[in-house]
Amino acid sequence: MTLQDEVWWITLAGIGAVALGFLYVISQAGRQAEATQVQARAYAIRRWFFLGLIVLGVGVAGATLAPFPIPNQHAASQAPQVVKVVGNQWAWRLSPGPIKAGVPVEFQVTSADVNHGFGIYDASGRLLAQTQAMPGITNRLVYTFPQPGKYRVLCLEYCGLAHHGMRVEFDVIGTTEGQS
Amino acid sequence: MSTLYPDTEALTARERTVLNLYLVTALVLFILLMAFGLTMRLAQGAWITIAPNIFYQIMTAHGAGMVGTVALASSAVMWFFLRKYVRLSLRMFVANYVFFMLGAVLLLGATFIGQYAGAWTFLYPLPVHSMGVWSAGAAAVFMLGYLLIGVGFLLFYLDAMLAVIRVYGNLGRALGVQWLFGGTIDKSHPATVVASTMVIIVNSIGILGGAVVLAMSLVNAYASNFVLNPLLAKNLIYFFGHTFINISIYMAVIAVYELLPRYTGRPWGVSRPFLWAWAASTVMVLIVFPHHLLMDFAMPRWAMITGQVVSYASGLPVFLVTAWGALTNIYRSGLRWRMPAMLVILSMFGWAAGIVPAIIDGTISANRVMHNTMWVPGHFHFYLLLGVVPMVLAFMYHLIGERADRPDRGGDRLGFAVYFLGGLMFVFMFLAGGHASEPRRYAVHAPAWMPYDRVGSIGAALVIAAMLLFAVRICHGLLRAPSGSRASLNG
Repeated sequence: MTLQDEVWWITLAGIGAVALGFLYVISQAGRQAEATQVQARAYAIRRWFFLGLIVLGVGVAGATLAPFPIPNQHAASQAPQVVKVVGNQWAWRLSPGPIKAGVPVEFQVTSADVNHGFGIYDASGRLLAQTQAMPGITNRLVYTFPQPGKYRVLCLEYCGLAHHGMRVEFDVIGTTEGQS
Repeated sequence: MSTLYPDTEALTARERTVLNLYLVTALVLFILLMAFGLTMRLAQGAWITIAPNIFYQIMTAHGAGMVGTVALASSAVMWFFLRKYVRLSLRMFVANYVFFMLGAVLLLGATFIGQYAGAWTFLYPLPVHSMGVWSAGAAAVFMLGYLLIGVGFLLFYLDAMLAVIRVYGNLGRALGVQWLFGGTIDKSHPATVVASTMVIIVNSIGILGGAVVLAMSLVNAYASNFVLNPLLAKNLIYFFGHTFINISIYMAVIAVYELLPRYTGRPWGVSRPFLWAWAASTVMVLIVFPHHLLMDFAMPRWAMITGQVVSYASGLPVFLVTAWGALTNIYRSGLRWRMPAMLVILSMFGWAAGIVPAIIDGTISANRVMHNTMWVPGHFHFYLLLGVVPMVLAFMYHLIGERADRPDRGGDRLGFAVYFLGGLMFVFMFLAGGHASEPRRYAVHAPAWMPYDRVGSIGAALVIAAMLLFAVRICHGLLRAPSGSRASLNG
């Protein structure tokens, strides 16, 4: 299951839970009960709901923020491979050289003009990772390609007339290919 | 028996004229801008062909126009209910409208005459770096339009701020902070005053942030040696933009607090959790904007963590106070199923459900693969199209209920069903596109993405059809004089 799949199913479950709550209340809306009793019960349930959401939020925040999912931008690079990336209206320039699968690669991303979005897609059209390309700033994105093959870069920040056409393709080779 | 139309809400002839201007303008703009949205989805699905430059002009007008129109309509809701508790100046309310219309003319002129297509976010330095597609002058006119609209809203808020202070002494007391840690809460303290005070504080600051970046960008448009820090500009833009659109929800939700109790026959007074929710939201709406910059790795780590954590925390007041409070108010209340009540319930669902994908996108590790995909318009259309717009429509339907011989018609209910169905189709196709990694803001789409675009187009067409029906019915109702006798729930 991809990260996108996880996001999709969690979202559907969350929206579904909200919808069920509304449907239940709507099904009961035509009946009548004492307002103070309804409020007392609803607010008692709400305390537990509040606690549940707090525990869920703290748990998810803790699990997703440690380790921090974005590499330290000020530390020396630990990645064995470095690719310099410059975006400009409306093309990408990647420094030449083989990129090996299974080995972390650091993309040092900047822009020569306006804001762009450096989005790496696999051959099936799935977004793998991204960072912003900004003028005067270099963002360092570290990614390990799981397998060799063709990958594409699409622009993910609106940058003008040919934003949709700003793309480039690159190859990722197997770890043994570069040695032959 | 609850009074649907209390005497304190009666409008003078001048007030009614101004309110009608706001609401009719909002309806006309909603339909026009929805048509722009449909045009984009049809083009992305390759059912029609439009040139990319035209597509991006439409996209720019749609974004800027919708943000402004939602704010205009929501400010009418706030004005209508807040004036019951404090003395608001009709002139300032008119001034807001005049500045809005002047600004709108500049925005549309810059976009369709000047060919400006730098998106509603005007991210520096794109407005002045178009590769010859539009001029710096067109960008300047666009930004000047924003400034005019901002001035109008600031006048409206400053007038409301003075009026609130005159009655409650200071903004803190109006917000109810004196009851946060103890004391006997005055149950008659109006929820509308609490919400309006939060809006006044937050959006005044937000607009001032926007004015700073707009002024700097305007100078840059004519003095290229005056260079901005692009990351600072981006922060200011999202601080302003996020706050401005977010606060529209908080203005419109006043209709929920005011109207729902009248249709359920149950009071919905302020409580300590309610006051805590609004006090917390006052801070959170101002500091949550870094969740728009999670892929700007140069941002300080503490700011990114703030963006994620506050995104989560922002959901608590929505879920636990407003949506929960609304459901408690409805539960076994013997609710009268009239259009305003139906629309209020839809709006609560749209807001509560819509923040689920929003909160998930606010998680940095999820944002890595969802940011700037169709997931983003998916979640914000969810709580705008199925949340805020129904709040505003509920208010409008409530108003015309007083002026109509028959409050509800079968056509309205059919329109409601069509709007809900079309809205769900529309937003879920954005979310499905985001799940499939479809990038947002593309004039030309790959064939693999087109099924989402096409089903989304059908949803958009259904929404527009329903909106047309609502608009005709509401405009007809608004232009009628109110009936002689005031309606009551059981009357």
